[in-house]
Amino acid sequence: MNRINEEAENKPQLKLEFEIKEKDFNVAGEAASKVKKTLQQLGLTPEAVRNIAIVIYEAVMNVVIHATCGQLKVIIIPERVTVLTEDKGIGISNIELAMKEGYSTATHEIREMGFGAGMGLPNIKQCSHKLNIKSQVGVGTVLEAIIYLPSKDEKG
Amino acid sequence: MNLRDVQKILKAEVLCSEHLLEREVETGFGCDLMSEMLAFAGSHTLLITSLTNEHVIHTAEIMDAVGVVYVSGKQPAKEIINKANHNNIPLLSTPFLMFECCGLLFTSGLKGCKRDNS
Repeated sequence: MNRINEEAENKPQLKLEFEIKEKDFNVAGEAASKVKKTLQQLGLTPEAVRNIAIVIYEAVMNVVIHATCGQLKVIIIPERVTVLTEDKGIGISNIELAMKEGYSTATHEIREMGFGAGMGLPNIKQCSHKLNIKSQVGVGTVLEAIIYLPSKDEKG
Repeated sequence: MNLRDVQKILKAEVLCSEHLLEREVETGFGCDLMSEMLAFAGSHTLLITSLTNEHVIHTAEIMDAVGVVYVSGKQPAKEIINKANHNNIPLLSTPFLMFECCGLLFTSGLKGCKRDNS
């Protein structure tokens, strides 16, 4: 993780940061929406914009649902976009199980909102090229998803 | 078909963004789980749901959905309608229940999303 951040420091980059508070369910959609607009202005492909927005929505929703507080950072460099969430909370005891479609520990209240169906992490994996999750039970979770951007020649 | 056709088929009330009803609808996706929509709905899709919270609007915006149909005559709160209007997302409300609503659109020629849509 550190290696990527160090490398990125030498290149032109744009960093967007959002604070995530407990039970602030709206922040997920709002952050995804704001970043989406920024990425569209930067001229990213619709597919990349959509994938990044989905990753942000799901990752922030996970923090809101499961953690007590956290932070979202979106780091944009010409080659890739990194979505990073860091939270303080219960952590994930079994990451492999959490990655399984349909597995969820969310409450009924969360499900009634349309989330907690056990699709969050699988969606993030599906929409990103690289996904790293580090979690410590009772401490918190760090999630880093990387989406590589096609070079201008590849956009077609 | 376009959203105006959808409105007629579903005898739907238009809640906002009526000026955008000429928009073409490529596929339909009926669900009350936002993550399923984020996973499987393609772009230019019509979202059909009975959920009326703000997550539907955020999801529609992120997915570039052409519009949202609320089934069972449901209608979201005014601030949610305003939010959709601000984001150019037409909202429709149909008296039909989910199964009938999807069936009516499907038999009128609207295709569903495939799992590998992206």
